[in-house]
Amino acid sequence: MFATPYTAPGGTLFLDFFFNLRGAGVPVTTHNWIALLGALAKGLHGDSLDGFYQVARCLLVATEAHYDDFDRVFAQTFRGVAVDMREMLSQLEEWLRDPKVLEGLDEATRAALQALDLETLRRELLDRLQRQKERHDGGNKWVGTGGTSPFGQGGENPAGIRVGGQGGGRSALAVADARRFQELRRDLVLDTRQIAAALRRLRRLSREDGKLELDLDETIDATARNCGDIEVVLTPDRHSQVRLLLLLDVGGSMDPHAQLVSRLFSAAHQGGGFKELRSYYFHNCVYGRVYEDAAFRKGVDTAGLLRELDPKWTVILVGDAYMHPGELTMTSGDWWQSQRGPSGLSWLARLADRFPRSVWLNPEPPGLWRSGTIAEIARVFPMFQLTLAGLEDMVRFLRRPSITAERRTHVQRLARAA
Amino acid sequence: MQSFSGTSEYIVSPELARAVDVAIALQRPLLIKGEPGTGKTLLARDIAIFYNCPLERWHVKSTTKAVDGLYQYDAVRRLHDSRFGDGDVRDISRYITLGPLGRAFKSERRVVVLIDEIDKADLEFPNDLLHELDAMEFTIPETGETVAARQRPIVIITSNNEKELPDAFLRRCVFHWIEFPDKALMARIVRVHHPDVEDRLLAGALEAFYALRAVEGLRKPPSTSELIDWLSALRHGGIDPAKLLGAKIPFLGALLKKEHDFDAVARRYKPRTGS
Repeated sequence: MFATPYTAPGGTLFLDFFFNLRGAGVPVTTHNWIALLGALAKGLHGDSLDGFYQVARCLLVATEAHYDDFDRVFAQTFRGVAVDMREMLSQLEEWLRDPKVLEGLDEATRAALQALDLETLRRELLDRLQRQKERHDGGNKWVGTGGTSPFGQGGENPAGIRVGGQGGGRSALAVADARRFQELRRDLVLDTRQIAAALRRLRRLSREDGKLELDLDETIDATARNCGDIEVVLTPDRHSQVRLLLLLDVGGSMDPHAQLVSRLFSAAHQGGGFKELRSYYFHNCVYGRVYEDAAFRKGVDTAGLLRELDPKWTVILVGDAYMHPGELTMTSGDWWQSQRGPSGLSWLARLADRFPRSVWLNPEPPGLWRSGTIAEIARVFPMFQLTLAGLEDMVRFLRRPSITAERRTHVQRLARAA
Repeated sequence: MQSFSGTSEYIVSPELARAVDVAIALQRPLLIKGEPGTGKTLLARDIAIFYNCPLERWHVKSTTKAVDGLYQYDAVRRLHDSRFGDGDVRDISRYITLGPLGRAFKSERRVVVLIDEIDKADLEFPNDLLHELDAMEFTIPETGETVAARQRPIVIITSNNEKELPDAFLRRCVFHWIEFPDKALMARIVRVHHPDVEDRLLAGALEAFYALRAVEGLRKPPSTSELIDWLSALRHGGIDPAKLLGAKIPFLGALLKKEHDFDAVARRYKPRTGS
């Protein structure tokens, strides 16, 4: 999963940690990193690796979704290495003193570092080191013991052992190795509440183009400020304007994802707060009819939907987009009802053409999207993965849909083909 | 400054205690997230007790604006006074009331400010507060008065994750996500509320509680407060601890609040009774 551990110019463990975090996708800013330096200079980590773990996590990570990445990078960087926190600080101090350190850094980091008062920081660190030397207390040395490390075995050991340091609590490495925050990763979707929270973000954008209505409080307030002459204040109404059409693929290769899709479905219905919400089912691909029930008994004309719903509707198709190529491209008609009609791909293109705010949510990982029917459909609809991160990206897209000219031409060409 | 370690009423994990220390030392707001029922809101009260500071609570609603926390200008009362001749309407400062942050800035003592459920407000809300939280001062345009913090308050912010917070805001905060307590920590927490609970009952209750939380597909898994209520019920009903691990959980209604969840639990426990 990780790139080769980075070795920073100047070669300090602390810097490795910073760059490894970035490499693992934790968006650590220089701003936060400098705050960490400041915290260390103040001794907030209590000269222990546990303390360092805690201080670093609360300053460098801004969302629980990255706790797991943080744990993995922490374990990877500090496992099997003898870590002496005081040693680390003096390395850091040396690093800050070296004028050449800035050369190996990327531009943004360098600029941020140069803007800071490094001299003060360095002096604080130096001061702290001085005091530590005078104290002569051992016992804060952390040993990973190389080959016999209890933290070895690729991080599989859930218990881990704490070596040295003050007693009580779990050691930082054991904590990091336990990977307790795995479930909070954003590339997993967990429960209905999380999906509902993600969908609620979709609702918010609707306020922008709401109808104007009288804001009574503001009107009274403005009138009062206006010495009693009536001053009417109008604001866009706050009711959700979002109308959502949900089209769900059921059966066949979608069976393993049934529970996930049902969570999405109930989240949209319970917590969505949409002005209008309609959901229909299809199997593999949308053709002339979609269905009100998952048993495909009550059909609804797709062409009717295209006429009836105005282009402001948001359309979310959920499916693995995985099918026999013929189901997508055959023009002899509906694969399932053997009537004559446009191909599945044209039906999809018509939806995409009619509704600029339309997307495809795919429970399969993006690694599989590059070929076959999935790739074809991804050329029609912007595709997002059905995970928390994917939902967030989708909401961001739906808020300001930007469709490339290439996609538009492609969709229009397909939509017109019979 | 003494390190934060919780109080007898409120048990904190070492990670959370450290995050509080860091936030105070670096004078940054502490942003707290976590599952419902993990004590996010109580933390601020507890910090106030620990450091013996007054607490200002600011409960954010969907209509709350950033300026509400600073001050409010009661233009309507002023208009009323000018029409009916009460008081001196030329003195605008009589119609200014400070909000929770404003009061904290003005206070002689250091204050703990709780900004509760910041994600309820508009998207721009956190950004609108950035300057005030950074500079710890603001100006009231109506009077031209500048209110600057005499003592930098300790700012605790909670969020339920309903909205994403802006990056610029996150960058300035110390962040901690309160984990759901493990069994050992939970036992300590429960003992705060039930100091004299029988060991066997507590152990059995915790066992059943965590098994229940692990049931797939719960809409609202039971949290700490439900566990504490449930234990009260169990003790009141004189339930034998041995019964807690059976298929039929006594007083299940104290733990589960949704009909859907009762069904999920019933499904989970049914096959076992047959064997």
